[in-house]
Amino acid sequence: MSAAARPLEGGRRLSLSWIGAVPFFLYVGVFLLLPTAIIVGGSLLTPGGTLSLANFDGIDKPYMFKAFASSIAISSVSAVVGAFVGALLAYAVVTGKPDGILRRSVMSAAGVLAQFGGVTLTFAFIATIGTVGFVYVFLQQHGIDIYPNGHVWLYDLPGLTLIYMYFQIPLMVLVFAPALDGIRPQWREATDSLGGGTWHYWRYIAGPLLFPSFLGCTLLLFANAFSAYATASALLTQGGVILPLQIQALLTSETGSSQPGYAKALALAMIVIVLVVMALYTLLQRRTAHWLR
Amino acid sequence: MNRSRRIKLQVFRITVFVVLGAFFLVPVGAMFEFSTRGNSINAPRTLEAWTQIATTPGLGDAIVASLELAAITSILMLVLVLPTMVWVRLRLPRISRIVEFICLMPLTVPAIALVVGVKPIFIWISNFTDSILVLSLGYVILVLPYSYRALDAGLSAIDLKTLSEAARSLGAGWGTVMWRVVVPNMPSAILNACLLSVALVLGEYTFANLMNYENLQVAIAYVGLTSAGTSIAVAVASLIFAFALLLILSFVRRPRTGVAAADPVELDLSKPLALSGAVYGRVGNR
Repeated sequence: MSAAARPLEGGRRLSLSWIGAVPFFLYVGVFLLLPTAIIVGGSLLTPGGTLSLANFDGIDKPYMFKAFASSIAISSVSAVVGAFVGALLAYAVVTGKPDGILRRSVMSAAGVLAQFGGVTLTFAFIATIGTVGFVYVFLQQHGIDIYPNGHVWLYDLPGLTLIYMYFQIPLMVLVFAPALDGIRPQWREATDSLGGGTWHYWRYIAGPLLFPSFLGCTLLLFANAFSAYATASALLTQGGVILPLQIQALLTSETGSSQPGYAKALALAMIVIVLVVMALYTLLQRRTAHWLR
Repeated sequence: MNRSRRIKLQVFRITVFVVLGAFFLVPVGAMFEFSTRGNSINAPRTLEAWTQIATTPGLGDAIVASLELAAITSILMLVLVLPTMVWVRLRLPRISRIVEFICLMPLTVPAIALVVGVKPIFIWISNFTDSILVLSLGYVILVLPYSYRALDAGLSAIDLKTLSEAARSLGAGWGTVMWRVVVPNMPSAILNACLLSVALVLGEYTFANLMNYENLQVAIAYVGLTSAGTSIAVAVASLIFAFALLLILSFVRRPRTGVAAADPVELDLSKPLALSGAVYGRVGNR
């Protein structure tokens, strides 16, 4: 009798346990999973409900191709340059005292600046090297014109790339410092005792060890820049220069509401690109984790 | 390490710190400089742009709205996420990976892409209310990865199972366990999660702008079209506010004696950025 009752009791406890997680799943179901489903469904289904790629038709238009290319270009350039400069800064930080005030303050500042972006950041750069900006005016008074042909590149893709560095470099410091911390001084000493120099050490020991992590962090920076929207939206007044601004145009304009599937198709394309890049990043980080203990 | 190598390293470090220090500090300084400019080139320094913050139409409302959004988002996040995490740890450990995956998902879906799917839902919600405060429903999703990481670190640092079983055996209900056992044992993790949420909500622009709500960042952008000085003054103010939050955080995480010392939560924004919990769990624990 009791043996028969036990599974029943266990079953009831299980069903009660599930109830505790219901509010959470209900909430993320409505505000995270449903939106994702709307994007995927809306871009892959026709209004009739059949599977089709019709919503992706507009993607091969020249201006859309240009937006894709510009997005990928500024994300790549800001990721690669940000990764190199960030790695230098991370190295300068980890070679200092492990619990020193410098390290603590740089890491804290990096935590804030990596999240810094959008309108405030754009204004900061306009106030610095805009045409009435502090640094621009100062340089001009000393005979240096950073806009030689009258082309104010701040309000163009080069300017956007420069502004992105402001959050890319701190992000690199945050994610790459742990890998640099894993490098042990004994390895350098071992290289020395075997007669190797600085070049040998970086070329054969530290370089190959750090490379997967460096590559992974560069990919993370790429995804970070690729997803960024607010900064570009505040800086660039002409629409549609990069992919997020194309989505903005579709969401806010009349043409957008006449082709509701198109914005979803672009959103899906963005998500897929970010997803692939982040998956590669995770794989590379796993590789680093083998020796990073 | 020999002497010449050490000198080379120091020269390298100082160069890097000076050059990058300038890159990061000059724009902030330039913003402050810009916000104190007078109307003409040779006009004396003035705080006019700062005093205009109060009188610029719409700006005050937007500041209040953003602060309210920050408060509501933090509370909603705590009420939704913390009991679920405790419950999953104690009773449903099998689905802990699913919960983690869902919580970190917003990192792989760019906000600009997510808003495409969220907008139809908000259009439906706007049938019932046109208050800007409904934005906090979406903001909870945006802050999910950061608050999950902060709370996860706090929960890992306490012996949740023993504490809750002890409380339950003394006759406490689940509400008492949450409110009088779990919460008092991880104050800095909870504060950490809240401050990260506040910082994110105060800086949020994408959702508000594309769903036609005027929060702080959207208002700064609008004001910037007519009065650059005032909008930059607000931007500086919001930046100082964010730094102040960080300062509070750094005080909170300072190890103290007693119970609080068992709650080593660090402000580390890189952790939630990693998709793989395993990798960063290990790095973070060092």
